[in-house]
Amino acid sequence: MSEAIEPEIDVDALKEQGVDLEVAEKVAPERDIVTKVGEALVQVQNLTIKFGGLTALDNVTFDINRGEILGLIGPNGAGKTTCFNAMTGVYKPTAGKVLLEGKLLNGLPQHKITRRGLARTFQNIRLFGEMTALENVVVGLDARHRTSVGGALFRLPSHVREEKTAIERGMALLEFVGIADHAHFLSRHLPYGYQRRLEIARALATDPKVLCLDEPAAGFNPAEKEELMSLIRTIRDDGYTVLLIEHDMKLVMGVTDRIVVLEFGKKIADDVPKVIRDDPKVISAYLGEPEDDVA
Amino acid sequence: MSTTDGPTLMPDDAAAQDIADREAKGRQRKGWFPGLGDKWNALPRHIQWLILIVVVVIAYLLPILNPPLITTDPGNNWQIALAQMSVYALVAVGLNVVVGYAGLLDLGYVAFFALGSYTAAMFTSPDSPYVHIPYLWTLPLAMAITMFFGVLLGVPTLRLRGDYLAIVTLGFGEIVRILATIIPAMKGQVGFQNVGHPPGTDSSGQPIFLNSNGTPWYWFTLSVIIIVLLAAGNLERSRVGRAWIAIREDEDAAEIMGVPTFKYKVWAFAIGASVGGLSGALFAGQVGFVNNQKFDIATSILFVAAVVMGGTGNKVGALLGGSLVAYIPLRFTAIAEFKYLIFGAALVLIMIFRPGGLLPARQSLLAYGRLAYNKVKGALGGNTVPGPTKTRPPGQVATEPAKGAGNE
Repeated sequence: MSEAIEPEIDVDALKEQGVDLEVAEKVAPERDIVTKVGEALVQVQNLTIKFGGLTALDNVTFDINRGEILGLIGPNGAGKTTCFNAMTGVYKPTAGKVLLEGKLLNGLPQHKITRRGLARTFQNIRLFGEMTALENVVVGLDARHRTSVGGALFRLPSHVREEKTAIERGMALLEFVGIADHAHFLSRHLPYGYQRRLEIARALATDPKVLCLDEPAAGFNPAEKEELMSLIRTIRDDGYTVLLIEHDMKLVMGVTDRIVVLEFGKKIADDVPKVIRDDPKVISAYLGEPEDDVA
Repeated sequence: MSTTDGPTLMPDDAAAQDIADREAKGRQRKGWFPGLGDKWNALPRHIQWLILIVVVVIAYLLPILNPPLITTDPGNNWQIALAQMSVYALVAVGLNVVVGYAGLLDLGYVAFFALGSYTAAMFTSPDSPYVHIPYLWTLPLAMAITMFFGVLLGVPTLRLRGDYLAIVTLGFGEIVRILATIIPAMKGQVGFQNVGHPPGTDSSGQPIFLNSNGTPWYWFTLSVIIIVLLAAGNLERSRVGRAWIAIREDEDAAEIMGVPTFKYKVWAFAIGASVGGLSGALFAGQVGFVNNQKFDIATSILFVAAVVMGGTGNKVGALLGGSLVAYIPLRFTAIAEFKYLIFGAALVLIMIFRPGGLLPARQSLLAYGRLAYNKVKGALGGNTVPGPTKTRPPGQVATEPAKGAGNE
């Protein structure tokens, strides 16, 4: 079922998921993406990361195609988060390249990588606890704003305009992930599940071309996981490309269009979920027993 | 449904209750003025302005009212005490930008205060052989010079974090004081007499701004404080303020969310430094005499204590803290020599019972957030406890009653 990807927005499906189309319209970014749907948006080429003598990531190569949900899986310590961190500039790769739309990301400061269009969430939630939910999202929106000290000090018209649209878009994003009624709460006061959703909203606020989610369903029960996955599907249907790290095989199989499997820092498989499920290497590395009722 | 799956997303009622509990806990912790910040934020804008105007008018009238009990007379001249308090308050407001907003512990803030003082002294005092300019011009000059030094200090040191930054700034504070001692042009302990003052004479031909008359200095500094507060408020409710708070909360996450953290840390340093320089220049003018004795490390720590005591991150709290730190030794002259002991004890007590400071009211970071929040609250029937919502995606199964998210 997961292979059935519709590049165009499935309006009925969105309605079915309870998405307000007007809200979705406001959230929908004015993205300027050269890459066509289905072509490689992000290219990870021969990425290698060494910490001292330890090779955390060994010559990993894969593409993320525009409009897909790519799953990145592997046993604990396989290098999934390391790969994430290398892509988003937290770690400097020992060797190899990360390209976004053909442009090199290596060596750019992290905030510039975000502005290029690569946004992420964190495995352990890292919200700004003393800020309200809305303020958290607006920090993300600020990535696209130009106001600096001068504009803010003298309340220049451009600053006023940015502030006003930020409120509107911020609220729309909160509504999109389903927590708009909690906009005025400090994020550290929010329940766990809402914090996870807020992280996604904050990442979406930076107007990314690729949204990288690092185990967004960690600590969720199956019902909540299912909901989150439908949210992720909605995000994809809305025109974003998603890279997803997730442990839960059932979910990964259900939601992704393609899966890259890492083990001990090496890529051992890269294919559609159906093939991955039957790949003996993957099974021995990760799955153990093949599951019958997957997806 | 497995209970080993970790914290569950709670059903609406439980979630609402949980949030209400946490909010209530947050309020309880505020102690002396329960919910003062909340109450203030709940007031309509025009009433807030009205209250503010009354407060400002009272502040301007203070030297004339000379209220009994509060006044420092006869031990210390009340008007001069007010002038000194206002300078300390301005220092605290400036330092609050660095320590309170951006969360950068600056233990050498006195260096900027000293630079500002020396700028005013060296360009106006007859003891100085250099070019002389009118006193008022030294204020922007002092701001520019200290801002320059703020950037100069910030660019290499702001790559450090936490303790390391504190140590480096501590060193910088000492460097300026020691330079003032060993550079002949800065005249060490001899210092500069007769620092300039703003122009103007009264009907009898006496200058209005005399070192012996605190009232005009107090009014002047108070006006400067109001301007600085308005500016700080504008910065707070903008991308700049949000960037600072985000850096304070989680610097790495801020960077990844697209905040140019280094740039905004340098800005915080530069803006803080320039306000420090401004207050230094005002201090020099009011006292009329500048030498190397007033800018020791203890003063620097006192500045930090003022911010922490008043309420880190809250500009009004910092204002209060700054005035108190100057006021207490002047009011209670008998204990003035124990002031460091008393402030030390007070700080320990405040940290234990009131970790947010005297006025920990949270800053609002959105220029137009009020509308959105009110809309949300209005939709909930004016209730601060959120009820069930229609925007939640359907299919959200009400799981077994969770007893609170166990993620803390």
